[in-house]
Amino acid sequence: MYGWLWRHLPGPALVRVLVLLVLAVAVLAACFAWVFPWLAPYMPFNDTTVGEG
Amino acid sequence: MSGTEVAPPGVGGRDDEPGRPGGGRRAEHRARGSRDRRATRGGGVVLGAVGVLGELLITAGVLLLAFLAWQLWWTDVESNREQAQLVQEQGWDEPLAPLEAADGPAVVTPRYDEPPVLEEPEYLTTFASMRVPRWDGEPTRTITQGTDRPNVLNPLGVGHYEGTAMPGGVGNFSLAAHRTTYGKPFNRIAELQEGDPIVVWTEDTWYVYRVTSSQIVMPDDVQVIAPVPDQPGAEPTERFITLTTCHPMFSARERYIVHGVLDYWAPVSEGVPAELAEVS
Repeated sequence: MYGWLWRHLPGPALVRVLVLLVLAVAVLAACFAWVFPWLAPYMPFNDTTVGEG
Repeated sequence: MSGTEVAPPGVGGRDDEPGRPGGGRRAEHRARGSRDRRATRGGGVVLGAVGVLGELLITAGVLLLAFLAWQLWWTDVESNREQAQLVQEQGWDEPLAPLEAADGPAVVTPRYDEPPVLEEPEYLTTFASMRVPRWDGEPTRTITQGTDRPNVLNPLGVGHYEGTAMPGGVGNFSLAAHRTTYGKPFNRIAELQEGDPIVVWTEDTWYVYRVTSSQIVMPDDVQVIAPVPDQPGAEPTERFITLTTCHPMFSARERYIVHGVLDYWAPVSEGVPAELAEVS
């Protein structure tokens, strides 16, 4: 999977490393902004009130 | 070298010196190499699939770690920033300004008569703030009407159970907040001891409560926020406060409950309660 990505990226190794870094940061940012906040309510450790259990 | 090993036609011909024995050995190597490739071609698909699966699992592991970092660290950063901004914008720390006075703060005179009590506000109205001297170093936390997580507890910190008493009111002024994550306003709830002050203030009035007891209950034990705690249906005559949060930490299996009762009240205009002055 990552091997395929590596082979299909253009440019010299340094450029590919930079592109991959940018991609990784973008994925993490998307997770922090949208994916994790969406996921958190389904996690079983955030309830603090009585009566909703 | 045995004579049965024959170089494929053409291969031997490409050798620089086909007459030398070494040429035959090279040809033999090539022939065996191509046989190995043929033998593993069927397993190559399986190996490739295992490789991709491995990479997916590693990715999933990294994303799980990222989720932990987000939940345990980033939600605190975000919510603390948002809550500090609300305190700043609405001026909830202004009554604390006397604490900075060079010649010592003006300390209020405790009043034990009937305190002023606000009407219960609309959902999402931030109507009060609180500080607990025992939690030295914690910032002021605002109190907002409602106790749902997406709109109140996650972004705004402390929520007021709708329908329970207001600060200073006869009944049970009941609050909820996170103990871990999202700014964790009640993180240090287990440090509270009997007699510890809980200072709540509205725009005009200080309300100083004293902790009377703590308990750990199940999530559906709503009697802890009854007008008389643990006595549902009883007619209240006292002015209680109840804090609820999760227990154990990083779990929602049970709830940690702290009860208190109003000690005294005072107008904000007079200064600050002695309980807050002692801390700073």
